[in-house]
Amino acid sequence: MASRSALGRLLDSDVFHSFRGNPVVVVSAAITAIFVLAAVFAPFVTPYNPYDLAGLDLNDAFTPPAWTAEGSARFLLGTDDQGRDVLSTIVFGARVSLLVGFCAVLFAMTVGITLGLVSGYVGGAVESVIMRVADVQLTFPAILIALLIDGLARTALPRDLHSEIALYVVIFAIGIANWPQFARTVRGSTLVEKNKEYVQAARVIGLHPGLIMMRHVLPNVLGPVLVIATLSLGFAILAEATLSFLGVGVPPTRPSLGTLIRVGNDFLFSGEWWMTIFPGAALIILVLAVNLLGDWLRDALNPKLR
Amino acid sequence: MSLKRAYRAALLAGAMAIGLVAAAEAKPFRFSVSGDANTLDPHSQNAGQVTLILRQIYEPLILRGKKLEMIPGLATSWQSVEPNRWRFQLRRGVKFHDGSDFNADDVVFSIKRALLPTSNYSIYVDTVADAVRVDDHTVDIVTRIPDPILPDKLSSVFMMDKEWSEKNNALRPQNTREREEMFTVRNTNGTGPYRLTSRESDVRTELARVDSWWGWENKGLNDGNVTQITFRPVGSDATRVAALLSGEVDFVLDPPLQDVARLKQSLRVLEGPEVRTIFFAMDMHRDELLYSDVKGKNPLKDIRVRKALYHAIDSNAIHTRVMRGQSIPTGTFFPPQVNGYIKSEDVRLAYDVERAKKLLAEAGYPNGFEITLDCPNNRYINDEQICQAVVAMWTRIGVRAKLNAMPLATFFPKIQKDDSSLYLLGWGVPTYDALYSFQSLLQSRDGQPGNGIWNYGRYSYAEMDRLINIMKTELDSAKRTAAINAALKIYREDVPHIPLHHQMIPWAMRQTVNTVHMANNQLEVKWVKVD
Repeated sequence: MASRSALGRLLDSDVFHSFRGNPVVVVSAAITAIFVLAAVFAPFVTPYNPYDLAGLDLNDAFTPPAWTAEGSARFLLGTDDQGRDVLSTIVFGARVSLLVGFCAVLFAMTVGITLGLVSGYVGGAVESVIMRVADVQLTFPAILIALLIDGLARTALPRDLHSEIALYVVIFAIGIANWPQFARTVRGSTLVEKNKEYVQAARVIGLHPGLIMMRHVLPNVLGPVLVIATLSLGFAILAEATLSFLGVGVPPTRPSLGTLIRVGNDFLFSGEWWMTIFPGAALIILVLAVNLLGDWLRDALNPKLR
Repeated sequence: MSLKRAYRAALLAGAMAIGLVAAAEAKPFRFSVSGDANTLDPHSQNAGQVTLILRQIYEPLILRGKKLEMIPGLATSWQSVEPNRWRFQLRRGVKFHDGSDFNADDVVFSIKRALLPTSNYSIYVDTVADAVRVDDHTVDIVTRIPDPILPDKLSSVFMMDKEWSEKNNALRPQNTREREEMFTVRNTNGTGPYRLTSRESDVRTELARVDSWWGWENKGLNDGNVTQITFRPVGSDATRVAALLSGEVDFVLDPPLQDVARLKQSLRVLEGPEVRTIFFAMDMHRDELLYSDVKGKNPLKDIRVRKALYHAIDSNAIHTRVMRGQSIPTGTFFPPQVNGYIKSEDVRLAYDVERAKKLLAEAGYPNGFEITLDCPNNRYINDEQICQAVVAMWTRIGVRAKLNAMPLATFFPKIQKDDSSLYLLGWGVPTYDALYSFQSLLQSRDGQPGNGIWNYGRYSYAEMDRLINIMKTELDSAKRTAAINAALKIYREDVPHIPLHHQMIPWAMRQTVNTVHMANNQLEVKWVKVD
């Protein structure tokens, strides 16, 4: 009963009406959903498992897309230099890209919200230190920070471990590059919320500050965080693609969209365009859809813009 | 007024003429390959990407001409005065780039330096017992055994200045395995046509023409007009080609094979075979492999396993797909240009997956095993792609090879510490004689100079060693050829390597660049003429 009324409330809310009334957003949401679902169920929806080496045949390499003269119906978007089906590699690549994107945003969110809450609620020297660090970091482009951390991690960690932990290093690097936005937003909202009566009341009855932050302040600052998280997801996916394109991201053994574009890039001059164009197109569509969703969410949740 | 104008016009014309002369004289030449030299020490790394830079700066006693024939270099003549003694007459009036004179002491020093334990050039001086100064411009090289091909070998040993090396604490070659830092790694002092003016590893190396080089007057020794060389390694294939197409570089030594057809449309491409063979080598020495899940025994010691890995490789698919036809599949480990090659031993084991599976099962690995394949990714043409393809082929017979692809700066120190179970290697033959390959790659590593110095799988087979020793000293060419043929037969039957192909080496350059295509894949800028 409760869930039904929650669903009913959602379907009747301003946000949902704004969603329904905006075809661009509906399409974006659908595209994002298709990507996420395809990525999650990759092994079941792709025609081949491109990373099952036993299934590869080098003689299939460089097959153009199916609709071209030399194409084969077996490979809709053609094959790469090792004979892997490009469509399957894109779906598996999107899986890695989305995984890195979600995890990096989650990581940035956790760090950012915690530091933002603490600095906003506690104030004083703690606030100054945290916010100045965030300010300094914001003066650098986020991709530069990610590159720096990625490079440091690679030098510091033993070479043999690289391919196994590369994924975590990338997540960490992109996450760290992103936390200041969350921290600043959460701090701003916390400063507003902490002087409201319900927080004062909670304080008066002697609740632990940690409990007040978690139970009372946090739920009321989550709205803007959600917007930033959606927009950051687009950035995180792009950042991962950039790192992988530069060859410092995820290893070619588990390629993301960025890695696929990099590998395909070597064959662009020789006319085998499908190896890099299709992963590139997939990346653009995915990031565009996510960003459009984020933009819409920002507007929809902002009462002043309605 | 009109006088003033005429004066001005004359001044202008003069300035333009001077400008034209200057423009005609300055001939910059910018070239690129995928990887940089990991050292500039003349004796510490016997590898193509290192000698590519070194040979512009340093010179050996004997040079190679356009067809790789021997021509007088720092030595004007040489002869065998006794069976164990070669005498070299040195060129007079040659100066090192720092101005000091080249003389017999420098030759004695350089030969002895190449014999030291940290040298990677000992293969070229393996038979040398001593180098003796006769007078200022005569040197005797005494060998332990008669060595008919010593001059061929010395064409690969660069000459250094003794005083300069002493002054800069570089009496022995740098130890590349330990990635040692030494003066000679970043500084040079040769006698060659170009001198180093700036060096930034992996980014940019600049060389300038040495106007006082002794060979500029001799048209048989040079054909070039380049005054300034800029060498820029570019790792990414696409970026390197783009740099050539956009005119950012004038010459690419290793254009990616997939782009050759396109490059031919607008640029000059010289094609030809290289004296270099690509193969897989493996640890056949340890009782347990360092990188495998087989414990307590070494599967690669079993010939059935080696043959299974061999049978599983579809060399034709690699030839057509990975190499785009720019390779010559082979069943042996040096190409026909090398003395000792015979067609009848150049036969591959057939591509036969079922046979491979059966051999593995017979050897006791019906479900295959796990192993790590070490592979360079910027040394040989499409090296990493070859490894990827072969890993997939081996998976089909159950051998789960984990690919460990790395840049040559990491790869070579790793295999040179015997720290590999299975690796891809390419081998060129600068002496154009089979002995060089046999001795370096297959002779037991017994501490004798040159023996097995690239035998990082530590293959050791008594009959093979015996035949190689015959090749070293046998002066009767029929008997020597018989020994080479017998050794090639062992190579084919015992499978100490899994051979793959000989490389073809297209060179790509702008239309304004003229040069000679060398089968050793070494560009000599002194032959380069820029229009």
